[in-house]
Amino acid sequence: MNYKIYAHNVNVYYGDNHVIKGVNMNIAPNTVTAFIGPSGCGKSTFLRVLNRMNDYIVGYRKEGEILIDGEDIYARNVRVEELRKKVGMVFQKPNPFPKTIYENVTYGLVIQGIKDKRVLDEAVETSLKASALWDEVKDSLKKSALALSGGQQQRLCIARTLATSPSVVLMDEPASALDPISTAKIEELIYELKQKYTIIIVTHNMQQAGRVSDSTAFFYMGDLIEYNTTKEIFTNPQQTRTQNYITGRFG
Amino acid sequence: MTHLDTEIHQLREEIIDLHRMVRTQLVKCKTALLSFDRDMAKEVVATEKRINALELKIDRDCENILALFNPVAVDLRFILAVLKINNNLERIGDHAEGIARYVLDLDKANDPEVVTRYRVEEGFEVAVSMIDDSLAALLNEDTALARKVFLKDEALDHVNKNATMVTIDLIRKNTPDPLHYVNTMSIVRKLERVGDQTKNIAEEIIFFIEAKVLKHGRKN
Repeated sequence: MNYKIYAHNVNVYYGDNHVIKGVNMNIAPNTVTAFIGPSGCGKSTFLRVLNRMNDYIVGYRKEGEILIDGEDIYARNVRVEELRKKVGMVFQKPNPFPKTIYENVTYGLVIQGIKDKRVLDEAVETSLKASALWDEVKDSLKKSALALSGGQQQRLCIARTLATSPSVVLMDEPASALDPISTAKIEELIYELKQKYTIIIVTHNMQQAGRVSDSTAFFYMGDLIEYNTTKEIFTNPQQTRTQNYITGRFG
Repeated sequence: MTHLDTEIHQLREEIIDLHRMVRTQLVKCKTALLSFDRDMAKEVVATEKRINALELKIDRDCENILALFNPVAVDLRFILAVLKINNNLERIGDHAEGIARYVLDLDKANDPEVVTRYRVEEGFEVAVSMIDDSLAALLNEDTALARKVFLKDEALDHVNKNATMVTIDLIRKNTPDPLHYVNTMSIVRKLERVGDQTKNIAEEIIFFIEAKVLKHGRKN
């Protein structure tokens, strides 16, 4: 099978703290995978392993292999900036730069040295359309991104991520700071985006995992307890701990 | 259209498909019985497997939607209604199969006079017309049409009561070939059950649209 992401026997340590324990996971392209589990279970750490966001944390150490499109992302010749163009990330709180909407979307391209206005204009329109924000902001691209609502800011951050043409998008609780309507928009967006991208979402919201994802991985204390289709996880989990967690009986 | 809308739309198509399949089964049963068409009866028996498979799929889809999307309000009522409509349609399918198997067991055509006395044709017509109404009520979300189903069910009850009286009369007169007319009476009984199940379906349609529970009570 052609996997987008292949993780084999991944262990992560923060100093003496063993936070990811021998995780194996294969993720198919153009799917949405949800990582769930109680706080401190390792789900965000594992997400950040996938675009090397932990590299500069003091005491961080990783063992095992992670391939994206068949390439080892921790190989010596891999440039982290290149990796992050391919593996974009959206964070919990919308974090637009204090710049215009236009400049936010083009930021990643501009720092790559792209100056051609036509290329940038096109990237802005395409990315904002893909993030379902275009119709709301097309007449105010020169306005400050900070004037947007929280939900709009998060969709702008998604547009900024998409502008560098990634093939994988990591989302760390992308809707947890948003109201229900904005959350619904982000969820619909995730559902649309999987046509073109492979998406991994960390969420504390079990219903959200059910609504948006094709596969779900349940982490507990650094172990990957269960990884299966979301339908199986939510209708017939194989592990008692998974069942207890998703039914709200612990965690 | 939200993801949940898409799932509900697909589920709606499936339950409508099942509704249509079950209706066709009943119409074929009628032809098989009244025209003593064994091939048609075989077709009904063969199709029953497809009905069972679709019933299982609809059950599974409802379970998935409930587990993954946590529907509320009208969406929740729709899923709950579909679960019960599904069950009732499958049972109607079973009755159709039962009638078809009876035709396959016959060694000769039914006596037309007995069939007429038992008002079998009328029973079929009313039952199919009730299914038509419940299907149209679901398609158009028309609760007035769903309520028409309750009235028609009374006509089927009359046919059923008539069947009891006819059987008593035939027994009293020591009419030969009792298996034949007892079987005919049991077909009418099955049609009466089809009526009850279609009435249940109509109740579920009204529950889904109006959030009213009509079970065990007056049908307004």
